[in-house]
Amino acid sequence: MSASESLTGGREQRVLEIIETARAKPARFRDVRITLAHGAGGKATQTLIEGLLVPALGRPGSALAALGDAGTVAAAGVALAMTTDSFVVKPLRFPGGSIGELAVNGTVNDLAVSGARPLALTVSLILEEGLDAGVLRAEVAAIAAAAQTAGVEIVAGDTKVVERGAADGMYICTSGIGVIDPRATLASDAIAAGDQVLVSGPIGEHGIAIMLARNLFELDASIESDTCSLWPAVDALLDAAGPALHCMRDATRGGVASVLNELARAAGVSVTVRAADVPIAPSVAAAAELLGIDPMYVANEGRLIAFVAPDAAEQALAALRSVAGCEQAALIGSVEREPPGMVLVETGFGGRRVMDQLVGDPLPRIC
Amino acid sequence: MRYIDEFRDAQLGQALAGEILAAADPGRHLKLMEICGGHTHAIYKYSLGDLLPDNVELVHGPGCPVCVIPMGRVDDGIALARTDGLIFTCFGDMLRVPGSEQTLLDAKAQGADVRMVYSPLDALRIARENPEREVVFFAIGFETTAPSTALTLKRAKAEGVTNFSCVCNHVTIVPPMRALLDSPELELDGFVGPGHVCTVVGTRLFEFIPAEYGRPIVISGFEPLDVLQSILMLVRQLGERRCEVENQYTRVVSRDGNPRALEVMAEVFELRPHFEWRGLGSIAHSALRLSDAYREFDAELRFDVPGVSVADPQACQCGEVLKGVIKPWECRVFGTACTPEHAIGTCMVSPEGACAAYYNYGRLAAPRAAV
Repeated sequence: MSASESLTGGREQRVLEIIETARAKPARFRDVRITLAHGAGGKATQTLIEGLLVPALGRPGSALAALGDAGTVAAAGVALAMTTDSFVVKPLRFPGGSIGELAVNGTVNDLAVSGARPLALTVSLILEEGLDAGVLRAEVAAIAAAAQTAGVEIVAGDTKVVERGAADGMYICTSGIGVIDPRATLASDAIAAGDQVLVSGPIGEHGIAIMLARNLFELDASIESDTCSLWPAVDALLDAAGPALHCMRDATRGGVASVLNELARAAGVSVTVRAADVPIAPSVAAAAELLGIDPMYVANEGRLIAFVAPDAAEQALAALRSVAGCEQAALIGSVEREPPGMVLVETGFGGRRVMDQLVGDPLPRIC
Repeated sequence: MRYIDEFRDAQLGQALAGEILAAADPGRHLKLMEICGGHTHAIYKYSLGDLLPDNVELVHGPGCPVCVIPMGRVDDGIALARTDGLIFTCFGDMLRVPGSEQTLLDAKAQGADVRMVYSPLDALRIARENPEREVVFFAIGFETTAPSTALTLKRAKAEGVTNFSCVCNHVTIVPPMRALLDSPELELDGFVGPGHVCTVVGTRLFEFIPAEYGRPIVISGFEPLDVLQSILMLVRQLGERRCEVENQYTRVVSRDGNPRALEVMAEVFELRPHFEWRGLGSIAHSALRLSDAYREFDAELRFDVPGVSVADPQACQCGEVLKGVIKPWECRVFGTACTPEHAIGTCMVSPEGACAAYYNYGRLAAPRAAV
């Protein structure tokens, strides 16, 4: 390398260091208006949460500030997990599921990946004036069926009706409570260099199924949403890995890429994903290719990402694969110390690149 | 995926990388420009730079259709989008391109009916479904996307759709290439040519580059093996002191292009006397507008469009990035004031833009240098 080249390399490196320093700073919410990007699960959502909501509603070290999928509450010596989620998916029914099923599984999964056995849910319905009662009946039945499958009881609820045009058919909010499993010792800062990254099944199915269900594209493919309760998968992982299971997330909005970025940042580590090892159905890969979307950023509603200590990784993988629906679980990457906060991809082509957080919103109202 | 995975074979990629290393004269530093933003995206997505020897340098060119749209045109689009009752349609990338005050996405959040479409035909469908409302399609792109706009307008005319019109921002690739080649700032040894443009216009259109400017060009596909093979072909031409148009993308590109596409373009469009390019300034005969036969579909005539030319932001160095004069990270606002979430320049918005590609995929020089 010539002197001038090394000088250039040094300058480039300095620029990159400045950028990383800027990125590591706490997010500030400076936008003048809410756009759909604030709901997309990417950078804008992060700015909204970390720049406005957490500073106003949490305190340093609080359960909220931990930014987990569920918060923890100690009640009379019992460790509980509590979470809430709202569902605005369009269309209300789609191949593989519907808003009612999603509303149960989404909250159940936020509890499950926090290491809590889901116990009970509340359900709030926001209905649009004029909604077909048959549609409502079908969704209530879907809620009941999903709750039974997941083994949770619906213990309270609420109903509101808004004028025509003030909602799109129906929205559902669910809150859930669960008991932290004694086998679980999960925390994002437990993620350590050497940890292996597990995914519980093929990615991108929910988002692509929704996209195709909207009939925006003249594409025909039999792709179904992956919506399901993740508690059986979590149960199996806790059994197989115990304290070697360091952290879990369900890879919903923003997909696997967003979850990995959040955790890499929270744990101050680097995650490298081997693109070739990520399970993906050929139909999903083909649809995503046609639409110009990276499946790593596409929402899942029944897939989790787990970080496991290297010694327990194979055992955890085997346990996961024995769970119905997780047969294609895979080890897709590993954790390194440097560069902190970054997710990298080994392209399968002999190179490495960054896999950053999502910026734009490829598809609003996915869940 | 058949016919795609074959062109992403890692072993073949390594083999091509080895051949490039063997073919490149180690005593000579080669600067090769990929003209098309699609190539820039592929190069970063597969980190092809990692596979090239140090003395083969890739320089990013002006062929990203979103990147070359000047602020004034975005402002025109936003003004139209705010028109009462109007439905404004465009490709997704355009939504986040900054105008002088805001983006189309901001206008949408304030109540403008802005809809993302994947094809101009979707815009026409929206017009059919909303006969009582005006529907405008904001058309962008080089010769690659111009035929689909032309066909859509032909269909609209045949169907007698009267509430549909188009802001034509279609541009042509040769004039900015000439501007680039005439520029004294630039030292380039060869070009990776725009494969998709050539499916329409053919390789013939690029014969002036070796003939008049003495630079080789290889028309390339967009998969990683395509790009590597094209680089190898360029390196070999340079090593053998050949200088010609070669076609790597033979599976879709011919010398004469697609005569039907060219025919429909000639019917629907005519050359604009001038068009302002982001960062490159006004270039004569470099863009298309609707021909007289299609004037009724010209949104710029149908509506009161401000049509004001707006200077590029002072801090922004998109022009130098588009011309390959500086690397994205050399721009004074790269990654700090200008990021994908709050872009100042267009190159930071489109996934085909050099700055966005580098920011999203490439920010790795530091750790790599540390290894």
